[in-house]
Order: sequence, then structure tokens, then C-alpha cells
Amino acid sequence: MRNRVVITGMGVCAPNGVGLKAFDEALAEGQSGIRFSEELEKLNFGCQIGGTPQVNQELTDRYFSQLEQKGLNSTGMIYGVIAATDAWEDAGLPPANDEPLWNTGIIFGTGILGVDKFRESIYRVDEGNVRRLGSTAVIQTMASGISAFLGGRFGCGNQVTTNSSACITGTEAIIMGAERIRNGLADSMLVGSTSEGGPYVWGGFDAMRILPRNYNDSPEQASRPMSAEAAGFVPGSGAGAFLIESLESALSRNAVIYAEIAGGHINNGGQREGGSMTAPNSNAVQRCIRMALEDAGVNGSQISAINGHLTATAKDSTEISNWKQALELEGGDFPLINSFKGSIGHCLAAAGSIESVGTVLQLHHGRIYKNVNAEPLHPEIKELIDTTKVPVETRYVQPEIIAKASFGFGDVNACVIFKKYNP
Amino acid sequence: MDQQHLDRLKKIIAVYLPEDVDQGAITLTSDLTSELNINSSHLVDIILDVEDAFDITLENDDMDNMKTVEDALRIIKKKRAESTE
Repeated sequence: MRNRVVITGMGVCAPNGVGLKAFDEALAEGQSGIRFSEELEKLNFGCQIGGTPQVNQELTDRYFSQLEQKGLNSTGMIYGVIAATDAWEDAGLPPANDEPLWNTGIIFGTGILGVDKFRESIYRVDEGNVRRLGSTAVIQTMASGISAFLGGRFGCGNQVTTNSSACITGTEAIIMGAERIRNGLADSMLVGSTSEGGPYVWGGFDAMRILPRNYNDSPEQASRPMSAEAAGFVPGSGAGAFLIESLESALSRNAVIYAEIAGGHINNGGQREGGSMTAPNSNAVQRCIRMALEDAGVNGSQISAINGHLTATAKDSTEISNWKQALELEGGDFPLINSFKGSIGHCLAAAGSIESVGTVLQLHHGRIYKNVNAEPLHPEIKELIDTTKVPVETRYVQPEIIAKASFGFGDVNACVIFKKYNP
Repeated sequence: MDQQHLDRLKKIIAVYLPEDVDQGAITLTSDLTSELNINSSHLVDIILDVEDAFDITLENDDMDNMKTVEDALRIIKKKRAESTE
């Protein structure tokens, strides 16, 4: 007998909105968080646009004490702490007093943390001035700096760790946290992920020439998932967070339940059968989706909607084909499908968590957010599914079950099934 | 002069006090870690702030000897005197 796992708190720090309300409104209206960056222009980037959450000093002051802000130079920490603190408070869990919360843990992922802090440190070290690093260099640049900070803030006494698996990081954190609760190893888990942005994180992708270069004058049009005009993914950044707990724990404290995590699956294509460091093994993708459905005890026809990985590259149609085969559905029976990357870009390690927050907001509020910049739809996608399955206006419907998947470098795949909570 | 140094030092230290320790608790004889409960990892930050505020450079020995507010003032005074010689 495994524990049912439900979501009772969420937080988000996205390029087009910080906080659940702002994010919901932005997605419903298709407001873009993609902006031109003078810094990227100055540094001769081909792609001079990106998605960065708008965090000012006033907002920072709400989440960090003056002492915590001393030497703070890690946007990943800032985004992650904002999203995670919101999720914790949204769930209404009291932080620990003296004794740690032995049954509450954290899995909060990132790709790389404290890039600007690390750069600052490297300059000091190279100048022979290592003694001037201070006490904050390590805690802001270790990957687990984010989970360590959150662990201390809330007093979590269960497993406190940081996972890292490219663009599935956030989705993986949710699935791993849910597994821990399901197996009775924890009552509640703070899960999510954070990703920094800016030239040092995005530069490698620009060098690979996989970012759009012709939209520097029209950033809001640049990210075009599923479109015939898709020209590469627009880099983003931010954080998403969930407080998840056993159904028993949620009911015992009369918590508001956003949704149930019905199941999920994580696998790897082994960089075989057409898969590589950067391209997916379609067999593995389909297997991941099928196993997630099986884990959740649902079949393809029960899925109300899909929130895809759909980054706005030539692989979008391959992804749709994989969904279609995994769900075993014809084009006309295919569920509604959307990608939030049209308005927030690809938030890398934070993509899975930010997009999962949006996915659960759809279940909670009863809506399927519009696809931004999906038109004209890619001809290969038109052949696979009915055009109406790719909504370009927000639909106010009541989805019951939404499948969310993330895929990433290293041939990693993750699929999670969110379900409206029914006692 | 000493009072000015003390005031400046108090301001630096105050940032690192735990939430449950009041600024008024900072006296000449206060031990930074055992009495003011400053996290020992923050001592290196206090040293850096002192260096910046008083335009001095502290050596490892100075750091080891800086247990109380009074110690810090004495070391600052000595370093400032050396640097103006």
C-alpha cells in the first residue's frame, strides 16, 4: 500500500510573472517574459534576448534579511528562495522550532548555481587574493547551496538534497519527492528547481547555434514552439516550487489541495537508437510516457491535456509523434497540448518546475493556457494531430488529468501525471 | 577617536548578530562568538568589513587574536598607527 501524494503549496518566479497570481494571469493572456538584453548585445551574442524574472530590491528584501543579502550574488539562490518560500507559506506549514522536522525533506534541483559569485571568486583567486572571498563563496556556488539554504530556513530534518539532470531537473525533483512520500520515507517534501540565466549560463547554447538569432528586434515573437517558423529555443531562467505531502498529512491539517500527483516515470535513452547527448531516443521517450501512465493507473484516452517539453526546435514534431504513439491515440482524439515556452522561453533546469506550476494552475483554475507564437503550425504537426488540439486562445475548460513531460541533454526523460484531486 | 572606531565597529558587527541578540548587547568586553552568538563562519566577513572600513590589512595572527570587541579595537588602532608611520 503506497501513500497518495498531493500538492498543497506552490510558488513560482518566472520571466513573465513572480507569484502564482501574476503567473496565472500572464499565461492566460499570453504575456511574454522574453526581453532584449543590452548585456548580451555588448558581448556579441547571436541571440541577444532571454527570459529573466523581474526581481527588484524591494522583492529581494521581502525574502532575504540584510545579513542574508551580504555578498549575495547568485540569482539562482534568489529565484529559488522566492519560489520555495512562497510554496512553503502557501501550504501553511509552520517552520521548525528547536527540533528539526524529521518527516519533511527537500529535493531542489539546479543545473549550476552562483555563476556570478563563482566569477567574482575566480577573479579574486587569480589576483592572489583568496583571503578576500569571505564566507559566502562556498555556500552560493555549491550546487546544493539552494537546498541547504532552504533546509536551514524551514528546519527540515528529512533528506535535503539537490538533483541535477539538465532540462528535466525540475520534473525529476517532483517525481523523486513524490516517490519518497509514496514509500513512507517522508510525510512532506519541498520540491522544485532553480536556474540562473545571463551570458555565462546561456553562452554555451549560443555557441552551439541553437538559439534564435533573427529576433533581437522582436523578442516577444522569438520563441515559437510547434510553429513552422520555430528557430531554436529562447533561453530563460527562474524557479518553481511545490510543497507536496501525503494525502493523510494534507487532510489532517485541512490543507487546500491543488492536485494529486498520480504517478510519474524517469528514464534515459542510453544515447542509443538515435539518441545522443543532445537528441532524444524516441523509444525511450515513448516508454517514459507509457510507464508514467501505467504508474498513475490511467490510459491515454483519459488524458485531458499535455504540457509538452516543446522547446521550439525541429524536434517539436518528433515530440508530438512520440506523445501520439505513447498515448495510442488518433489525431482527432489527441488531447489539447500546449507549451509555455512561447512566453517564458526555455528555463533550463527550472523549466520542469515552472511549467509544472503552470500545469497544476490549469487543473486548479479550470483552463488550458494558450500557445503563444504557435502559428503557423508546423506542417508535420498538422499531419499528426488536428490543428484545434493546439489552442491559440486560452480555453476555460475543466481538465481532469494533465501529463507533463521534460526531456534533456544526456538523453534524460521525465513524465509526471497530475490529476484533479477526488477523495 | 576610540569612540568613533567603536561606533563604526559596532555598526559592522550589528549586521552579523543573530535575530535574538540586540545591538545593545555589544559592549567592549563582548566575546563575538560565545557572547554575541555570531556564527563563526561570519568572523571572516567581519574581518573583511573591518579591513574595508578602516583601510587596513589584517594578518592571520590578528584574526586569531580578535576574540572580543576590545581586541578588535586594539588591533585596528595598532594597524592604523602602522599604516600612517
